[in-house]
Amino acid sequence: MSVARTWRTRKQRYALVGERCDYCQNAIFPPRDVCPHCAEPAQKEFALSGRGTVYSYTTVFDPPTGFDAFAPYPVALVKLDEGPMVTAQLTDIMPDQVKIGMPVEMVTRKLNEQGDEGIIVYSYKFRPQLQRQALAA
Amino acid sequence: MTEVKDSVLLRPNRPVGIVGYGAYVPIYRLPAREVARIWSGRDAELPIKEKAVAGLDEDTASMSIEAARNALARAQIDPKRIRAVWVGSESHPYAVKPTSTIVAEALDIVPLTQAADWEFACKAGTEAMQAAIAFVGSGMATYALSIGMDTAQGRPGDALEYTAAAGGAAILIGPAEESLATIEASVSYVTDTPDFWRRAHVHYPSHGQRFTGEPAYFHHVTHAAQIMLEELGRKPADYRYVVLHQPNVKFPQRAAKLLGFKPEQVQAGLLVGRIGNTYAGSSLVGMTAVLDEARPGDQVLVVSFGSGAGSDAFSLEVTERIEAARGRAPQTLDYIARRVEIDYATYARMRGKLLMK
Ligand SMILES: [Zn+2]
Repeated sequence: MSVARTWRTRKQRYALVGERCDYCQNAIFPPRDVCPHCAEPAQKEFALSGRGTVYSYTTVFDPPTGFDAFAPYPVALVKLDEGPMVTAQLTDIMPDQVKIGMPVEMVTRKLNEQGDEGIIVYSYKFRPQLQRQALAA
Repeated sequence: MTEVKDSVLLRPNRPVGIVGYGAYVPIYRLPAREVARIWSGRDAELPIKEKAVAGLDEDTASMSIEAARNALARAQIDPKRIRAVWVGSESHPYAVKPTSTIVAEALDIVPLTQAADWEFACKAGTEAMQAAIAFVGSGMATYALSIGMDTAQGRPGDALEYTAAAGGAAILIGPAEESLATIEASVSYVTDTPDFWRRAHVHYPSHGQRFTGEPAYFHHVTHAAQIMLEELGRKPADYRYVVLHQPNVKFPQRAAKLLGFKPEQVQAGLLVGRIGNTYAGSSLVGMTAVLDEARPGDQVLVVSFGSGAGSDAFSLEVTERIEAARGRAPQTLDYIARRVEIDYATYARMRGKLLMK
């Protein structure tokens, strides 16, 4: 990803900012020129909640350039609560612990580094939803 | 309120407090006995049980983002009203390029905000918090976000490798009337003390061995705390909780005892045994654990310590707003309970200690 493209996509990468269609009310991610549901243009910016479930997944053992330091890592299709499906890495989990239907939540993590001297790219990933185990006093 | 003008206490013109707070601790834990297995080969007395280690895809920016999201979830304010994002750390991902702009962008605080990174070893976070108090307290801003976060590194085999950990907290400062805990006063106490340092372009820090105890940690922590108590006319018994910077389990326990605090006042905020020394995050993440369980009316004394050296002390009073706010985000103990133990080899990989080229 070029520095310019990284910069242009920062809102969607950092915080899962997509769109909400003015006409059919569907949530859209990633943002695009035309609504994929009703083909109407001009959408409103909309930050997705980041909660969803694992729809399907695989494990990447032979990663693309720039991701070698992270392999093996799980990648999933995540069905967001608002509707859109996104492809993203899962994190804070071993590949053999991933299950279909598992509730996950978005976190912003380091996606890769463009060499020792390049920029650091951050992006959304998903992790198992944090368990609330502490007891309130 | 007498003699505010010439007091050594720092107090803003308008009362301020903590309107939101959030912790972050990574999932991985390296037991101290695992470090001992590799480097000392015997059952030495261990300074902590285990430390939190950042995952391969985590750094001070990503961790700050999550802590800040938790702080904003508790405060329930429009992020566009925040006029400062200040991140204190000694492990900023870039040498040149602010961590704070990444955090401000991720939280949709941009573009009408201050953004800067702070450095003062382990007290960079409380330094940022004091500036946020002043920024809001002067009336220049309604909200200011301060963060203390680190992914600390110790030289392999060094005493610090047992404890140098990852984690921290985000503290959102705002008007006292919206606060979960009001801030009565703060005080800073610094001297030029060479107890711990890292030169430019050097990966691991150096330290003055035994010198880190008496003239550095104990001197600054106890003086900052004592000045606070004297100036406010308080006794240790007036506080329900005290949170001190925690490089290991013994130092804060001993400093608290020297000051006249009892073990039960220290306990709730003493996390180092389970997460390690989170450097700029250390006293602040301890404070979040206290806020998770404190009751309205409780007084809390927080004292940081940063090598080089200095301490910031804060006197807080918890308000009734804490009850509704604390459940809006994961609590500090939720992060501590979330735990995956790793061995030294995995740790070496995660922390970039393997030579790959
Ligand atoms: Zn549509």
